[in-house]
Amino acid sequence: MTSEEIYAKLQPIIATYLPEDVSADNINRDADLTQELNINSAHLVDVVLDVEDAFDIELSNNDLETLRTVNDAIAIVEKKVKK
Amino acid sequence: MKHRVVVTGLGIVSPNGVGVKAFHNAIKVGKSGVRFFPELEKLNFSCQIGAKPEVSEEQKRKYFSELQLKNFNSSGILYGVMAGMEAMEDAGIEAAGKDSEPLWDLGIVFGTGTSGVEKFRESVYLLDAGKVKRLGSTTVAQTMASGVSAYLGGKIGAGNQVTTNSSACATGTEAIIMGYEAITSGKAKQMLCGSCSDDGPVVWGGFDAMKVLTWKHNEEPERGSQPMSAAASGFVPGSGAGAMMLESLESARERGATIYAEVLGGNVNNGGQRQQGSMTAPNSIAVQRCIRSALESATIKATEIDYINGHLTATVKDPTEIKNWSEALKRKGSDFPYINSLKGMIGHGLAASGSMEAVSVILQLYHSFVFPNSNCEQLHPEIAEILDRERIPTELINTTLKTVAKASFGFGDVNACVIFRQNSN
Repeated sequence: MTSEEIYAKLQPIIATYLPEDVSADNINRDADLTQELNINSAHLVDVVLDVEDAFDIELSNNDLETLRTVNDAIAIVEKKVKK
Repeated sequence: MKHRVVVTGLGIVSPNGVGVKAFHNAIKVGKSGVRFFPELEKLNFSCQIGAKPEVSEEQKRKYFSELQLKNFNSSGILYGVMAGMEAMEDAGIEAAGKDSEPLWDLGIVFGTGTSGVEKFRESVYLLDAGKVKRLGSTTVAQTMASGVSAYLGGKIGAGNQVTTNSSACATGTEAIIMGYEAITSGKAKQMLCGSCSDDGPVVWGGFDAMKVLTWKHNEEPERGSQPMSAAASGFVPGSGAGAMMLESLESARERGATIYAEVLGGNVNNGGQRQQGSMTAPNSIAVQRCIRSALESATIKATEIDYINGHLTATVKDPTEIKNWSEALKRKGSDFPYINSLKGMIGHGLAASGSMEAVSVILQLYHSFVFPNSNCEQLHPEIAEILDRERIPTELINTTLKTVAKASFGFGDVNACVIFRQNSN
Protein backbone atom coordinates (compact mmCIF):
# COMPACT_ATOMS: atom_id res chain seq x y z
CA MET A 1 0.00 0.00 0.00
CA THR A 2 1.49 3.36 -0.99
CA SER A 3 1.65 6.32 1.31
CA GLU A 4 -0.70 8.11 -1.09
CA GLU A 5 -3.27 5.32 -0.82
CA ILE A 6 -3.06 5.35 2.95
CA TYR A 7 -3.50 9.13 3.04
CA ALA A 8 -6.59 8.89 0.80
CA LYS A 9 -8.12 6.33 3.12
CA LEU A 10 -7.27 8.33 6.25
CA GLN A 11 -8.87 11.57 5.13
CA PRO A 12 -12.53 10.63 5.56
CA ILE A 13 -11.77 9.05 8.94
CA ILE A 14 -10.14 12.25 10.19
CA ALA A 15 -12.91 14.38 8.68
CA THR A 16 -15.48 12.59 10.85
CA TYR A 17 -13.90 13.97 14.00
CA LEU A 18 -13.37 17.57 12.91
CA PRO A 19 -15.23 20.17 14.94
CA GLU A 20 -18.09 21.84 13.08
CA ASP A 21 -16.09 25.00 12.38
CA VAL A 22 -13.14 23.19 10.77
CA SER A 23 -13.46 22.23 7.11
CA ALA A 24 -12.07 18.98 5.69
CA ASP A 25 -10.06 21.19 3.28
CA ASN A 26 -7.73 21.91 6.19
CA ILE A 27 -6.53 18.32 6.29
CA ASN A 28 -2.97 17.97 4.98
CA ARG A 29 -0.12 15.60 5.67
CA ASP A 30 1.63 17.96 8.07
CA ALA A 31 -1.46 18.96 10.03
CA ASP A 32 -1.37 18.31 13.77
CA LEU A 33 -4.57 16.48 14.63
CA THR A 34 -5.38 18.21 17.92
CA GLN A 35 -3.42 21.47 17.66
CA GLU A 36 -4.25 22.47 14.08
CA LEU A 37 -7.32 20.47 13.15
CA ASN A 38 -8.77 21.03 16.62
CA ILE A 39 -9.86 17.43 17.04
CA ASN A 40 -10.85 16.89 20.67
CA SER A 41 -7.96 14.93 22.17
CA ALA A 42 -10.46 12.50 23.72
CA HIS A 43 -11.48 11.54 20.16
CA LEU A 44 -7.98 10.38 19.20
CA VAL A 45 -8.82 6.96 20.63
CA ASP A 46 -11.85 6.83 18.33
CA VAL A 47 -9.70 7.82 15.32
CA VAL A 48 -7.39 4.95 16.20
CA LEU A 49 -10.29 2.46 16.40
CA ASP A 50 -11.53 3.57 12.97
CA VAL A 51 -8.00 3.32 11.53
CA GLU A 52 -7.65 -0.19 12.94
CA ASP A 53 -10.91 -1.20 11.29
CA ALA A 54 -10.11 0.45 7.96
CA PHE A 55 -6.66 -1.14 7.58
CA ASP A 56 -7.26 -4.29 9.58
CA ILE A 57 -4.33 -3.58 11.88
CA GLU A 58 -3.85 -3.08 15.59
CA LEU A 59 -2.17 -0.09 17.19
CA SER A 60 -0.24 -0.33 20.44
CA ASN A 61 -0.15 2.15 23.28
CA ASN A 62 3.30 3.20 21.99
CA ASP A 63 1.87 3.92 18.54
CA LEU A 64 -0.76 6.12 20.12
CA GLU A 65 1.96 8.08 21.94
CA THR A 66 3.74 8.95 18.69
CA LEU A 67 0.54 10.00 16.92
CA ARG A 68 0.47 13.79 16.49
CA THR A 69 0.13 14.62 12.80
CA VAL A 70 -1.46 13.07 9.74
CA ASN A 71 2.03 12.05 8.61
CA ASP A 72 2.52 10.20 11.92
CA ALA A 73 -0.66 8.29 11.22
CA ILE A 74 0.50 7.42 7.70
CA ALA A 75 3.86 6.22 9.05
CA ILE A 76 2.22 4.04 11.70
CA VAL A 77 -0.12 2.44 9.18
CA GLU A 78 2.69 1.94 6.62
CA LYS A 79 4.74 0.08 9.20
CA LYS A 80 1.83 -2.14 10.24
CA VAL A 81 0.43 -3.08 6.84
CA LYS A 82 3.90 -3.99 5.52
CA LYS A 83 4.37 -6.55 8.24
CA MET B 1 -33.88 38.35 51.02
CA LYS B 2 -35.78 35.40 49.61
CA HIS B 3 -35.99 35.67 45.84
CA ARG B 4 -39.26 34.82 44.12
CA VAL B 5 -38.97 32.11 41.48
CA VAL B 6 -40.91 31.82 38.22
CA VAL B 7 -41.10 29.41 35.30
CA THR B 8 -40.00 31.01 32.02
CA GLY B 9 -39.43 28.07 29.71
CA LEU B 10 -40.76 24.57 29.06
CA GLY B 11 -39.51 21.56 27.16
CA ILE B 12 -40.67 17.99 26.80
CA VAL B 13 -40.03 14.74 24.97
CA SER B 14 -43.02 12.61 25.87
CA PRO B 15 -44.34 9.32 24.51
CA ASN B 16 -47.50 11.15 23.41
CA GLY B 17 -45.84 14.26 22.02
CA VAL B 18 -42.34 15.51 21.26
CA GLY B 19 -42.11 19.22 21.95
CA VAL B 20 -44.35 21.40 24.08
CA LYS B 21 -46.84 22.17 21.32
CA ALA B 22 -47.46 18.54 20.39
CA PHE B 23 -47.63 17.54 24.05
CA HIS B 24 -50.08 20.34 24.87
CA ASN B 25 -52.41 19.17 22.10
CA ALA B 26 -52.01 15.55 23.16
CA ILE B 27 -52.92 15.97 26.82
CA LYS B 28 -56.02 18.01 26.00
CA VAL B 29 -57.48 15.09 24.08
CA GLY B 30 -56.06 12.32 26.24
CA LYS B 31 -53.79 10.96 23.53
CA SER B 32 -52.07 7.75 24.55
CA GLY B 33 -48.35 7.14 24.16
CA VAL B 34 -48.52 3.48 25.18
CA ARG B 35 -47.68 0.86 22.54
CA PHE B 36 -47.07 -2.87 22.21
CA PHE B 37 -43.40 -3.83 21.76
CA PRO B 38 -42.74 -7.18 20.02
CA GLU B 39 -39.23 -7.07 21.51
CA LEU B 40 -40.69 -7.39 25.02
CA GLU B 41 -42.79 -10.34 23.93
CA LYS B 42 -39.72 -12.02 22.46
CA LEU B 43 -37.86 -11.49 25.72
CA ASN B 44 -40.65 -13.17 27.73
CA PHE B 45 -41.79 -10.05 29.52
CA SER B 46 -45.13 -10.40 31.28
CA CYS B 47 -45.82 -6.76 30.44
CA GLN B 48 -45.24 -6.29 26.71
CA ILE B 49 -46.44 -2.71 26.50
CA GLY B 50 -44.57 0.46 27.26
CA ALA B 51 -44.21 4.11 26.35
CA LYS B 52 -41.34 5.62 24.38
CA PRO B 53 -41.16 9.03 22.71
CA GLU B 54 -41.12 8.81 18.91
CA VAL B 55 -38.18 11.02 17.98
CA SER B 56 -37.46 11.59 14.28
CA GLU B 57 -33.93 11.72 12.88
CA GLU B 58 -34.58 15.35 11.99
CA GLN B 59 -35.54 16.21 15.59
CA LYS B 60 -32.41 14.44 16.83
CA ARG B 61 -30.18 16.38 14.45
CA LYS B 62 -31.57 19.69 15.62
CA TYR B 63 -29.65 19.18 18.86
CA PHE B 64 -26.87 16.70 18.06
CA SER B 65 -24.11 16.79 15.44
CA GLU B 66 -23.22 13.73 13.34
CA LEU B 67 -20.10 13.34 15.44
CA GLN B 68 -22.10 13.41 18.68
CA LEU B 69 -24.44 10.76 17.30
CA LYS B 70 -21.53 8.48 16.36
CA ASN B 71 -21.57 5.53 18.78
CA PHE B 72 -24.28 7.33 20.75
CA ASN B 73 -26.66 4.93 22.49
CA SER B 74 -28.25 6.66 25.46
CA SER B 75 -31.96 7.32 25.06
CA GLY B 76 -32.23 9.22 28.34
CA ILE B 77 -29.52 11.71 27.38
CA LEU B 78 -31.14 12.15 23.96
CA TYR B 79 -34.54 12.97 25.49
CA GLY B 80 -33.03 15.08 28.27
CA VAL B 81 -30.93 17.22 25.94
CA MET B 82 -33.87 17.76 23.57
CA ALA B 83 -36.24 18.76 26.39
CA GLY B 84 -33.63 20.90 28.13
CA MET B 85 -32.66 22.79 24.98
CA GLU B 86 -36.32 23.34 24.10
CA ALA B 87 -36.84 24.93 27.54
CA MET B 88 -33.77 27.16 26.92
CA GLU B 89 -35.13 28.29 23.57
CA ASP B 90 -38.63 28.75 24.97
CA ALA B 91 -37.19 30.95 27.72
CA GLY B 92 -35.34 32.98 25.11
CA ILE B 93 -31.95 32.39 26.73
CA GLU B 94 -28.98 32.02 24.42
CA ALA B 95 -26.16 29.61 25.04
CA ALA B 96 -22.75 31.14 25.78
CA GLY B 97 -20.60 31.72 22.71
CA LYS B 98 -17.79 29.26 22.02
CA ASP B 99 -15.07 31.56 23.28
CA SER B 100 -17.17 33.51 25.79
CA GLU B 101 -17.18 33.09 29.52
CA PRO B 102 -19.77 30.62 30.79
CA LEU B 103 -23.19 31.82 31.97
CA TRP B 104 -22.19 32.15 35.63
CA ASP B 105 -25.73 32.69 36.90
CA LEU B 106 -27.28 29.75 35.04
CA GLY B 107 -27.17 26.30 36.58
CA ILE B 108 -28.63 22.90 35.79
CA VAL B 109 -30.25 20.21 37.93
CA PHE B 110 -31.20 17.43 35.56
CA GLY B 111 -31.94 14.09 37.13
CA THR B 112 -32.07 10.52 35.98
CA GLY B 113 -32.46 7.06 37.47
CA THR B 114 -29.67 5.44 35.51
CA SER B 115 -27.87 6.65 32.41
CA GLY B 116 -26.99 5.05 29.10
CA VAL B 117 -28.04 1.51 29.97
CA GLU B 118 -27.90 0.36 26.33
CA LYS B 119 -24.41 1.84 26.01
CA PHE B 120 -23.49 0.06 29.22
CA ARG B 121 -24.86 -3.19 27.83
CA GLU B 122 -22.70 -2.83 24.68
CA SER B 123 -19.71 -2.15 26.90
CA VAL B 124 -20.22 -5.21 29.05
CA TYR B 125 -20.12 -7.48 25.99
CA LEU B 126 -16.92 -5.79 24.75
CA LEU B 127 -15.28 -5.97 28.16
CA ASP B 128 -16.09 -9.63 28.60
CA ALA B 129 -14.54 -10.30 25.20
CA GLY B 130 -11.31 -8.58 26.27
CA LYS B 131 -11.92 -5.61 23.99
CA VAL B 132 -11.77 -2.78 26.52
CA LYS B 133 -10.15 -0.46 23.95
CA ARG B 134 -13.32 -0.73 21.86
CA LEU B 135 -15.30 1.24 24.46
CA GLY B 136 -14.04 4.38 22.70
CA SER B 137 -14.10 7.88 24.07
CA THR B 138 -17.76 8.44 24.92
CA THR B 139 -18.73 5.44 27.06
CA VAL B 140 -17.97 7.29 30.27
CA ALA B 141 -19.90 10.42 29.32
CA GLN B 142 -22.92 8.38 28.24
CA THR B 143 -23.01 6.04 31.22
CA MET B 144 -22.09 8.36 34.09
CA ALA B 145 -25.17 9.33 36.07
CA SER B 146 -24.49 13.01 35.41
CA GLY B 147 -24.19 12.43 31.65
CA VAL B 148 -27.38 14.31 30.85
CA SER B 149 -26.48 17.41 32.84
CA ALA B 150 -22.94 17.29 31.44
CA TYR B 151 -24.20 17.15 27.83
CA LEU B 152 -26.62 20.00 28.54
CA GLY B 153 -23.97 22.01 30.39
CA GLY B 154 -21.70 21.85 27.36
CA LYS B 155 -24.38 22.87 24.90
CA ILE B 156 -25.46 25.81 27.05
CA GLY B 157 -22.18 26.93 28.59
CA ALA B 158 -23.70 26.89 32.07
CA GLY B 159 -21.37 28.32 34.71
CA ASN B 160 -23.34 27.80 37.91
CA GLN B 161 -23.90 24.41 39.54
CA VAL B 162 -24.42 21.67 36.94
CA THR B 163 -25.55 18.43 38.54
CA THR B 164 -27.75 15.37 38.33
CA ASN B 165 -30.03 14.32 41.15
CA SER B 166 -31.43 10.85 41.56
CA SER B 167 -34.31 9.87 43.80
CA ALA B 168 -36.12 7.16 41.85
CA CYS B 169 -39.57 8.21 40.69
CA ALA B 170 -39.40 11.48 42.64
CA THR B 171 -36.34 12.63 40.68
CA GLY B 172 -38.07 15.13 38.37
CA THR B 173 -40.06 16.86 41.09
CA GLU B 174 -37.01 16.93 43.35
CA ALA B 175 -34.95 18.57 40.56
CA ILE B 176 -37.46 21.42 40.38
CA ILE B 177 -37.33 21.93 44.14
CA MET B 178 -33.52 21.90 44.09
CA GLY B 179 -33.46 24.51 41.33
CA TYR B 180 -36.03 26.59 43.20
CA GLU B 181 -33.84 26.54 46.29
CA ALA B 182 -30.74 27.59 44.35
CA ILE B 183 -32.58 30.67 43.05
CA THR B 184 -34.53 31.56 46.18
CA SER B 185 -31.27 31.57 48.18
CA GLY B 186 -29.60 33.83 45.62
CA LYS B 187 -26.98 31.31 44.45
CA ALA B 188 -28.26 31.34 40.87
CA LYS B 189 -30.60 33.42 38.72
CA GLN B 190 -31.61 30.77 36.21
CA MET B 191 -31.82 27.04 36.79
CA LEU B 192 -32.65 24.55 34.06
CA CYS B 193 -34.47 21.77 35.92
CA GLY B 194 -35.75 18.47 34.69
CA SER B 195 -35.23 14.76 34.46
CA CYS B 196 -35.03 11.95 31.95
CA SER B 197 -35.25 8.21 31.80
CA ASP B 198 -33.84 5.61 29.43
CA ASP B 199 -36.27 3.16 27.94
CA GLY B 200 -36.30 -0.44 26.90
CA PRO B 201 -35.97 -3.89 28.42
CA VAL B 202 -32.84 -3.23 30.45
CA VAL B 203 -34.54 -0.50 32.50
CA TRP B 204 -37.98 -2.07 32.54
CA GLY B 205 -36.96 -5.70 33.21
CA GLY B 206 -36.47 -5.31 36.94
CA PHE B 207 -39.97 -3.91 37.33
CA ASP B 208 -41.41 -6.75 35.25
CA ALA B 209 -39.65 -9.22 37.54
CA MET B 210 -41.20 -7.51 40.58
CA LYS B 211 -44.66 -7.99 39.01
CA VAL B 212 -45.50 -4.34 39.50
CA LEU B 213 -46.20 -3.88 35.77
CA THR B 214 -49.58 -4.72 34.29
CA TRP B 215 -49.66 -7.92 32.21
CA LYS B 216 -53.36 -7.77 31.42
CA HIS B 217 -53.37 -5.34 28.53
CA ASN B 218 -50.86 -6.61 26.00
CA GLU B 219 -53.68 -6.78 23.45
CA GLU B 220 -54.95 -3.26 24.15
CA PRO B 221 -51.95 -1.08 25.02
CA GLU B 222 -53.84 2.23 25.15
CA ARG B 223 -56.08 0.80 27.88
CA GLY B 224 -53.09 -0.50 29.83
CA SER B 225 -52.47 2.33 32.27
CA GLN B 226 -55.46 2.81 34.58
CA PRO B 227 -54.65 5.17 37.46
CA MET B 228 -57.33 5.37 40.19
CA SER B 229 -59.38 2.72 38.43
CA ALA B 230 -61.03 -0.23 40.15
CA ALA B 231 -59.31 -2.41 37.57
CA ALA B 232 -55.82 -0.91 38.01
CA SER B 233 -53.45 -3.84 37.72
CA GLY B 234 -49.97 -2.36 37.76
CA PHE B 235 -48.13 0.36 35.92
CA VAL B 236 -47.01 0.65 32.31
CA PRO B 237 -43.28 1.44 32.03
CA GLY B 238 -42.41 4.63 30.21
CA SER B 239 -39.59 7.03 29.43
CA GLY B 240 -38.88 10.51 28.12
CA ALA B 241 -37.84 13.84 29.60
CA GLY B 242 -39.37 17.04 30.88
CA ALA B 243 -37.64 20.34 31.55
CA MET B 244 -38.39 23.81 32.81
CA MET B 245 -36.38 26.97 33.13
CA LEU B 246 -36.74 28.44 36.59
CA GLU B 247 -35.69 32.03 37.02
CA SER B 248 -35.73 34.73 39.66
CA LEU B 249 -38.66 37.08 39.20
CA GLU B 250 -36.27 40.04 38.92
CA SER B 251 -34.27 38.36 36.16
CA ALA B 252 -37.43 37.34 34.26
CA ARG B 253 -38.81 40.90 34.49
CA GLU B 254 -35.52 42.44 33.39
CA ARG B 255 -35.50 40.23 30.30
CA GLY B 256 -39.19 40.74 29.64
CA ALA B 257 -39.59 36.96 29.59
CA THR B 258 -42.92 35.15 29.36
CA ILE B 259 -43.80 34.00 32.88
CA TYR B 260 -45.78 30.76 32.86
CA ALA B 261 -46.21 30.38 36.62
CA GLU B 262 -44.59 31.03 39.96
CA VAL B 263 -42.98 28.33 42.09
CA LEU B 264 -44.31 29.11 45.56
CA GLY B 265 -42.40 26.45 47.43
CA GLY B 266 -41.88 22.76 47.92
CA ASN B 267 -40.63 20.03 50.16
CA VAL B 268 -38.65 16.83 49.92
CA ASN B 269 -38.58 14.26 52.71
CA ASN B 270 -38.25 10.55 53.37
CA GLY B 271 -40.36 8.00 55.20
CA GLY B 272 -37.21 6.39 56.55
CA GLN B 273 -38.49 2.96 55.45
CA ARG B 274 -40.03 2.83 58.91
CA GLN B 275 -43.63 2.22 60.07
CA GLN B 276 -45.47 1.01 56.94
CA GLY B 277 -42.74 2.46 54.71
CA SER B 278 -40.17 0.24 53.00
CA MET B 279 -37.88 0.25 49.98
CA THR B 280 -40.96 -0.02 47.78
CA ALA B 281 -43.93 1.12 49.90
CA PRO B 282 -44.61 4.64 51.16
CA ASN B 283 -44.80 5.66 54.79
CA SER B 284 -48.08 7.58 54.70
CA ILE B 285 -47.17 9.74 57.68
CA ALA B 286 -44.13 10.98 55.76
CA VAL B 287 -46.18 11.56 52.58
CA GLN B 288 -48.70 13.70 54.46
CA ARG B 289 -45.93 15.54 56.23
CA CYS B 290 -44.23 16.26 52.90
CA ILE B 291 -47.43 17.73 51.45
CA ARG B 292 -48.06 19.86 54.54
CA SER B 293 -44.46 21.07 54.62
CA ALA B 294 -44.76 22.06 50.97
CA LEU B 295 -47.82 24.17 51.83
CA GLU B 296 -45.90 25.79 54.68
CA SER B 297 -42.93 26.46 52.42
CA ALA B 298 -45.34 28.11 49.97
CA THR B 299 -47.09 29.95 52.84
CA ILE B 300 -50.52 28.93 51.61
CA LYS B 301 -53.49 27.18 53.18
CA ALA B 302 -54.68 23.75 52.12
CA THR B 303 -57.98 25.32 51.03
CA GLU B 304 -56.15 27.28 48.33
CA ILE B 305 -55.18 24.20 46.30
CA ASP B 306 -57.38 24.04 43.16
CA TYR B 307 -55.74 21.11 41.48
CA ILE B 308 -53.47 18.18 42.24
CA ASN B 309 -51.25 16.37 39.78
CA GLY B 310 -50.83 13.05 41.51
CA HIS B 311 -48.14 10.42 41.39
CA LEU B 312 -50.91 7.83 40.83
CA THR B 313 -49.19 5.02 38.98
CA ALA B 314 -52.13 2.59 38.54
CA THR B 315 -51.12 0.19 41.28
CA VAL B 316 -52.79 -0.84 44.55
CA LYS B 317 -51.16 2.22 46.14
CA ASP B 318 -53.41 4.71 44.33
CA PRO B 319 -56.14 4.63 47.03
CA THR B 320 -53.45 5.13 49.68
CA GLU B 321 -52.18 8.19 47.84
CA ILE B 322 -55.67 9.69 47.64
CA LYS B 323 -56.18 9.06 51.36
CA ASN B 324 -52.89 10.81 52.06
CA TRP B 325 -53.84 13.86 50.01
CA SER B 326 -57.23 13.97 51.70
CA GLU B 327 -55.77 13.78 55.19
CA ALA B 328 -52.90 16.17 54.51
CA LEU B 329 -55.22 18.79 53.04
CA LYS B 330 -58.20 17.95 55.30
CA ARG B 331 -60.42 18.00 52.24
CA LYS B 332 -62.81 15.43 50.80
CA GLY B 333 -66.01 14.94 48.81
CA SER B 334 -66.89 17.85 46.54
CA ASP B 335 -64.39 20.03 48.40
CA PHE B 336 -61.47 17.93 47.14
CA PRO B 337 -59.35 19.69 44.46
CA TYR B 338 -59.44 18.49 40.88
CA ILE B 339 -56.99 15.63 40.47
CA ASN B 340 -55.57 13.78 37.50
CA SER B 341 -52.73 11.52 36.51
CA LEU B 342 -50.74 11.85 33.31
CA LYS B 343 -49.75 8.21 33.68
CA GLY B 344 -53.09 7.15 32.18
CA MET B 345 -51.77 8.50 28.86
CA ILE B 346 -48.01 7.87 28.95
CA GLY B 347 -47.50 5.28 31.67
CA HIS B 348 -44.89 5.74 34.33
CA GLY B 349 -41.84 7.56 33.03
CA LEU B 350 -39.89 6.54 36.15
CA ALA B 351 -37.20 9.17 36.83
CA ALA B 352 -38.69 11.27 34.01
CA SER B 353 -42.23 11.12 35.35
CA GLY B 354 -42.06 14.05 37.77
CA SER B 355 -40.68 16.51 35.24
CA MET B 356 -42.97 15.47 32.36
CA GLU B 357 -45.95 15.70 34.71
CA ALA B 358 -44.76 19.08 36.01
CA VAL B 359 -44.71 20.39 32.43
CA SER B 360 -48.33 19.24 32.10
CA VAL B 361 -49.12 21.12 35.32
CA ILE B 362 -47.65 24.39 34.04
CA LEU B 363 -49.55 24.04 30.75
CA GLN B 364 -52.84 23.49 32.60
CA LEU B 365 -52.16 26.44 34.88
CA TYR B 366 -51.14 28.78 32.06
CA HIS B 367 -53.84 27.73 29.60
CA SER B 368 -56.64 27.19 32.17
CA PHE B 369 -57.68 23.57 31.75
CA VAL B 370 -57.67 20.21 33.48
CA PHE B 371 -56.74 17.34 31.18
CA PRO B 372 -58.95 14.25 31.15
CA ASN B 373 -58.05 11.17 33.19
CA SER B 374 -57.61 8.23 30.82
CA ASN B 375 -58.90 4.73 31.54
CA CYS B 376 -60.64 5.72 34.75
CA GLU B 377 -64.29 5.02 33.96
CA GLN B 378 -64.64 2.65 36.92
CA LEU B 379 -63.30 4.54 39.90
CA HIS B 380 -61.65 2.45 42.61
CA PRO B 381 -64.27 2.06 45.40
CA GLU B 382 -61.89 3.19 48.14
CA ILE B 383 -61.20 6.36 46.16
CA ALA B 384 -64.91 6.91 45.48
CA GLU B 385 -65.48 6.93 49.25
CA ILE B 386 -63.10 9.85 49.68
CA LEU B 387 -63.98 12.27 46.92
CA ASP B 388 -66.72 13.07 44.45
CA ARG B 389 -66.48 11.53 41.01
CA GLU B 390 -66.52 14.91 39.26
CA ARG B 391 -63.24 15.80 40.99
CA ILE B 392 -61.57 13.17 38.78
CA PRO B 393 -62.64 14.39 35.33
CA THR B 394 -62.59 12.01 32.40
CA GLU B 395 -63.35 14.82 29.95
CA LEU B 396 -61.36 18.00 29.33
CA ILE B 397 -62.41 20.80 31.69
CA ASN B 398 -61.76 24.44 30.86
CA THR B 399 -61.33 26.24 34.15
CA THR B 400 -59.00 28.76 35.71
CA LEU B 401 -56.58 27.23 38.17
CA LYS B 402 -54.82 29.46 40.63
CA THR B 403 -52.78 27.32 42.99
CA VAL B 404 -51.77 23.73 42.30
CA ALA B 405 -49.76 20.92 43.86
CA LYS B 406 -47.58 18.32 42.17
CA ALA B 407 -46.14 15.39 44.09
CA SER B 408 -43.98 12.40 43.25
CA PHE B 409 -43.06 9.43 45.40
CA GLY B 410 -40.49 6.73 44.82
CA PHE B 411 -38.48 3.69 45.84
CA GLY B 412 -36.38 4.39 48.89
CA ASP B 413 -39.47 5.95 50.53
CA VAL B 414 -38.70 9.32 48.90
CA ASN B 415 -41.35 12.05 48.66
CA ALA B 416 -41.37 15.39 46.86
CA CYS B 417 -44.13 17.98 46.58
CA VAL B 418 -44.01 21.34 44.81
CA ILE B 419 -46.56 24.15 44.74
CA PHE B 420 -47.09 26.37 41.68
CA ARG B 421 -49.26 29.46 41.31
CA GLN B 422 -50.72 31.18 38.31
CA ASN B 423 -48.65 34.22 37.41
CA SER B 424 -50.38 37.30 38.75
CA ASN B 425 -47.73 39.81 37.69
